[in-house]
Amino acid sequence: MTAQFAAKRLGKELQKINNSLPPGIELVSADNFEEWLLDIRVLDNNPLYRGHTYRLKFKFASSYPIEPPEVVFVKLADRLIPIHPHIYSNGIICLDLLSSQGWSPVQNVESVCMSLQSMLTGNTKDERPPGDEEFVRANRLRPKDIDFFYHDNNV
Amino acid sequence: MIRKFFQFNWKRKAAEATISSSTILPNKRILASAGPESSVVAAAAPPTPVTTASNGMDSEDDFMSAVSSEDDILPDDDSDNDDMSDAEDFDFDDEPDPDLGMHKDISDSKKAPFDISFKVYQPSDIQRQQDELINEVNMILDISKEEAAILLRHFRWNKERLIEDYMDSPSRVLEAAGLSQTTAGPLKREVIPGFVCDICCNEEEGLQSFSIKCGHRYCVNCYSYYLSQKIAEEGEAARIQCPADGCSLIIDARSLEILVAPELKKRYHALLNQTYVEDKETLKWCPAPDCQNAIECPVKKKDLDKVVPTVACLCSHRFCFGCREDDHQPAPCELVKRWLKKCKDDSETANWISANTKECPKCNSTIEKNGGCNHMTCRKCKHEFCWMCMGLWSEHGTSWYNCNRFEEKSGLEARDAQAKSRVSLERYLHYYNRYANHSQSARLDKDIYHKTEKKMVQLQKESGMSWIEVQYLNSASQALQTCRQTLMWTYAFAFYLSRNNLTEIFEENQKDLEMAVEGLSEMFEKPVTELADAKLKVVIMDKTSYCNKRRIILLNDTADNLANG
Ligand SMILES: [Zn+2]
Ligand SMILES: [Zn+2]
Ligand SMILES: [Zn+2]
Ligand SMILES: [Zn+2]
Ligand SMILES: [Zn+2]
Ligand SMILES: [Zn+2]
Repeated sequence: MTAQFAAKRLGKELQKINNSLPPGIELVSADNFEEWLLDIRVLDNNPLYRGHTYRLKFKFASSYPIEPPEVVFVKLADRLIPIHPHIYSNGIICLDLLSSQGWSPVQNVESVCMSLQSMLTGNTKDERPPGDEEFVRANRLRPKDIDFFYHDNNV
Repeated sequence: MIRKFFQFNWKRKAAEATISSSTILPNKRILASAGPESSVVAAAAPPTPVTTASNGMDSEDDFMSAVSSEDDILPDDDSDNDDMSDAEDFDFDDEPDPDLGMHKDISDSKKAPFDISFKVYQPSDIQRQQDELINEVNMILDISKEEAAILLRHFRWNKERLIEDYMDSPSRVLEAAGLSQTTAGPLKREVIPGFVCDICCNEEEGLQSFSIKCGHRYCVNCYSYYLSQKIAEEGEAARIQCPADGCSLIIDARSLEILVAPELKKRYHALLNQTYVEDKETLKWCPAPDCQNAIECPVKKKDLDKVVPTVACLCSHRFCFGCREDDHQPAPCELVKRWLKKCKDDSETANWISANTKECPKCNSTIEKNGGCNHMTCRKCKHEFCWMCMGLWSEHGTSWYNCNRFEEKSGLEARDAQAKSRVSLERYLHYYNRYANHSQSARLDKDIYHKTEKKMVQLQKESGMSWIEVQYLNSASQALQTCRQTLMWTYAFAFYLSRNNLTEIFEENQKDLEMAVEGLSEMFEKPVTELADAKLKVVIMDKTSYCNKRRIILLNDTADNLANG
């Protein structure tokens, strides 16, 4: 299977995204079919995230959407890593949906953004995952190679 | 009648030479930094390891102290005996001569207490077993074979429980296993007008699509890509679900047949076979590289302290069914685990200490030597002594770099004290060195085996002996390897054994086997020309048979005591 497979699907997604995106989600750049940047923000008044916008980086393999994209939060001068018990301070996200087991090929960039949006909206805990410091210091793996233990999918 | 059993004291480990590297390494560092000029190197260090007064019976830690009833001993009914003879024969199928030492001994020992019944299955057998179970369930429950397979896998091949649960509530069982209750016609590729694939977003006319019973439909291209990714990249087979988000329906083998390339089908079935073997407690893969056979053995995990289930694959690899390590009779799995761990933890420390450090004869500080000079001065108590003889340096006169006073009194006493303070470390090293020597020899024996094959060919050419007539060399080499392996493990076994009246018998057996092994081992140093001698052939066959006999006696005695103890 060649990169055309991913490109074809991403082309269709981009068409749709350019037409319309749900509120709180904005496309920042999609110059190729390997890496896209999007901004998300919560729509309610959750004090943890109110007034902040967060930057997401999507990376697509040639096997996308059979395989999940790699999705991380990125830190910039005006973009922080949201505080959340499933988001490490280096931006890596522990979410079943983004693992090979939890991913379904019918998911897409928009649905991932919406899931992350609601993951933030629903959170009340002002904390990082347990062992965050150590993980951030020691981890050299790509997100897809990390064996997260999805202890709590409701957060 | 009072029965005595083997007693293992694990606790000894804690008391005996557990020298943590922290007590050593600081010294090492200090010493390493000392300049090359400093010929006298002595460092203060934490006191030397405490010597254990080997008390022998730590009841809470005793490994096999529970007395069990006869019923706990492995099943050995008649049907199993048949299996056993099958299995034992595998190794010797190539040996038509009934007079070969090895073969004879083995047949004589079929009832030996250390023998375990087992069967070897080749990939085709494994496939057939699954097919038979699938067919049975297919007929009894009146469901398709593909569904029967999924149900069996869900129930880890426990057919009885599956049928019972299914009779109770078919819908509950089907749902839990990822099967739909709707009956649909046979699944096939279909072209549906107006269909759009949700994965690739393709909407062209005439696009072939596929769905399993849930009705989540995707184009054939995407579906097969999805499956190949699961099989080839993620190694999944038994539980591949529908690609739809949140749909837990399992994709069955027939759907897979419709969708993927032939190589992937092979891989898929290999993975299914793997889960079959892994799901069954009585089945294990042969750990030999490239071997695809599985062994069936009825030994239960809880019995592994009483029996050492050595099995032999068709590929000739002998291993323990309990832990899949190389054959480690007579030592039980748990002991082997502890021993290997201990060797890993201690060998570096212990060997290093043994070679490079001694304790000051006066204050017992650990002292490391790092140069050629024998004149040592203890950093802590300033005692001056000779590294070689441990005697007083003042008695050495002018023989500065040479010690020739090994028998002087002060040295003898000091060495005596040294020996006592090290007795536990020495004890470990005593067993470890013998274990390690045999481990090393075992590797050499493997070379011998290959050389033997050459010798056999040469012998046939030069002496005109027939293939059958030279098989005694093969048997001898096999016996050497097997006996050496057993001998090696007797030293780990003995290390954990507390002294009682059985230890003596054990050590007696060990000594006999050791001598038999060394005797046989010597035979392989003879040149081929001598081997053709009929007398030597008889000697070798005798030694082979004796070696096997000694091994069987040792294993029998040990197995009896393990089973009882
Ligand atoms: Zn498609
Ligand atoms: Zn489905
Ligand atoms: Zn094998
Ligand atoms: Zn074992
Ligand atoms: Zn001293
Ligand atoms: Zn001396």
